[in-house]
Amino acid sequence: MAKRIDVSGLTAYYGSHKAIEDISMTVEPRSVTAFIGPSGCGKSTFLRTLNRMHEVTPGGRVEGKVLLDDEDLYGTHVDPVAVRRTVGMVFQRPNPFPTMSIFDNVAAGLRLNGSYKKSELGDVVEKSLKGANLWNEVKDRLNKPGSGLSGGQQQRLCIARAIAVEPQVLLMDEPCSALDPISTLAIEDLIGELKERFTIVIVTHNMQQAARVSDRTAFFNLSAVGQPGKLVEIDETERIFSNPSVQATEDYISGRFG
Amino acid sequence: MDISTKTTAPPAPTDPPTPSLDKRGARGATRPGDRIFLGLSRGSGILLLVIMAAIAAFLTYRASMVLSKNDGNFLTTFEWNANATPPVFGIAVLAFGTIVSSVVAMAIAVPVAVGIALFITHYAPKKLGGTIAYVVDLLAAVPSIVYGLWGALFLVPHLTGFYSWLDDYFGWTGIFEWQGGAPRTLLAVGILLAIMILPIITNVSREVFRQAPLMHQEAALALGATRWEVIRMSVIPFGRSGVISASMLGLGRALGETMAVATVLSPSFEINASLLDPGGGTFAQNIAAKFSEATEQGRDALIASGLVLFIITLVVNGAARAIIARRKEYSGANA
Repeated sequence: MAKRIDVSGLTAYYGSHKAIEDISMTVEPRSVTAFIGPSGCGKSTFLRTLNRMHEVTPGGRVEGKVLLDDEDLYGTHVDPVAVRRTVGMVFQRPNPFPTMSIFDNVAAGLRLNGSYKKSELGDVVEKSLKGANLWNEVKDRLNKPGSGLSGGQQQRLCIARAIAVEPQVLLMDEPCSALDPISTLAIEDLIGELKERFTIVIVTHNMQQAARVSDRTAFFNLSAVGQPGKLVEIDETERIFSNPSVQATEDYISGRFG
Repeated sequence: MDISTKTTAPPAPTDPPTPSLDKRGARGATRPGDRIFLGLSRGSGILLLVIMAAIAAFLTYRASMVLSKNDGNFLTTFEWNANATPPVFGIAVLAFGTIVSSVVAMAIAVPVAVGIALFITHYAPKKLGGTIAYVVDLLAAVPSIVYGLWGALFLVPHLTGFYSWLDDYFGWTGIFEWQGGAPRTLLAVGILLAIMILPIITNVSREVFRQAPLMHQEAALALGATRWEVIRMSVIPFGRSGVISASMLGLGRALGETMAVATVLSPSFEINASLLDPGGGTFAQNIAAKFSEATEQGRDALIASGLVLFIITLVVNGAARAIIARRKEYSGANA
């Protein structure tokens, strides 16, 4: 269920503006990789190139290779829609479909894929909600709108929705930045459980969070505003936070940035 | 240390007495600007209610003058001899024609308008979308008598082919049977009305679809939705109540349209199952056609028919509001 990601020489543009330049890295399966770095360094842009969401933005385009195991996501015959069914995503602000019930939100991806049996739908929804640690809170109101939940519950609903289609990889773009500390803790615990089944990549502004949840950490930086963001280094999280090999990483982590 | 000890120091004996904040006594803190604005906005609100009440009262009063004299049944008589003594008139045919032509117009205009609005907001390149939106706006600027002339002189003569095609393939339904007369019937009126209400439905729907939140469209995309599926999952549900409101605006116009219908329709006081054969008139068209030669009593009868149109419009609007309110919990506005 989890695949390795191999990125080589990846550069992404917004129109003529180069947002990130020449990024290469490997993301191990069944692990959590955190992206940290200052605002505007392109870590979210990079994340969005991993499921071909970047090109949805007007003017967005990408050069380079992203291999999922051995398949190039940017190959000529690859359908971006199929890529996004394989690489799931959770966004910064919880975004359950407001016009759908909790049940329908979780089932939305399955219904899109069309590859499910009607009788199994309820089981998959239950399993996904349990997987997102939300089942006990919502099992009595599955037919109520998802927008009635708290922010933290909504974000876990979005995670349930993403894992319901059994993706190979789960991308998380600052999933806790709109949540209070208790909801954040719940999501972090959940990430620890989910990495048994999925390859997880998480962008975060919270360095303690990166230290808590991730196995490996990548530090992104940009030399000046308007310059493309670059990958400074990627290493074991423990090493990044104790003894990074690049001075800029240490400056950023210890708060002596800029 | 207790914080309160810091903040409740006794006032120094030399403090001047605190000046009163209220300089105008009991009339309180209303400034002239506030009072004027409050008066204007409250007055506007009341004025609207007064006008509505006045119209309703006028219609009811004049209608009641003639309804008691009516020798036919006001609701079921297929006849309009309101100038005769005693008068014989009924609105059955007018209600039928008004509702049927409006339903035809809605059936054509709503899907097309929603399609145009989605194309402008979610498919077309910016420039093309802007051009189309501009052309749609132009459609709204054409006076209804011009639509009527175009309908009578161009649309109707060109409909014969379409009518005979409908008769060939769908005549068996009864709704599209055609005896071969001039196509100045409810279907022609419905088509013309559809064109006339297209701009308002398109414009309002376009505004609503444009405001569909990007975050829900991205949620659908990230689940592996195609462009159409994104629109189906996040854009259309978000715009649903807006499209209903837009359709009601269009329906209101279709129900009350006068000149264009009067120019195109050849009315007849009978009801026909087929949209392609003569049968039916509309309230507004009937008033326009009969008003100039009506006696005082005849005018009262026409006013009575106007009252019915007024009530139909109210009911339709109420129904639309009920539909929107019923699904409030699931509204896209809860995002």
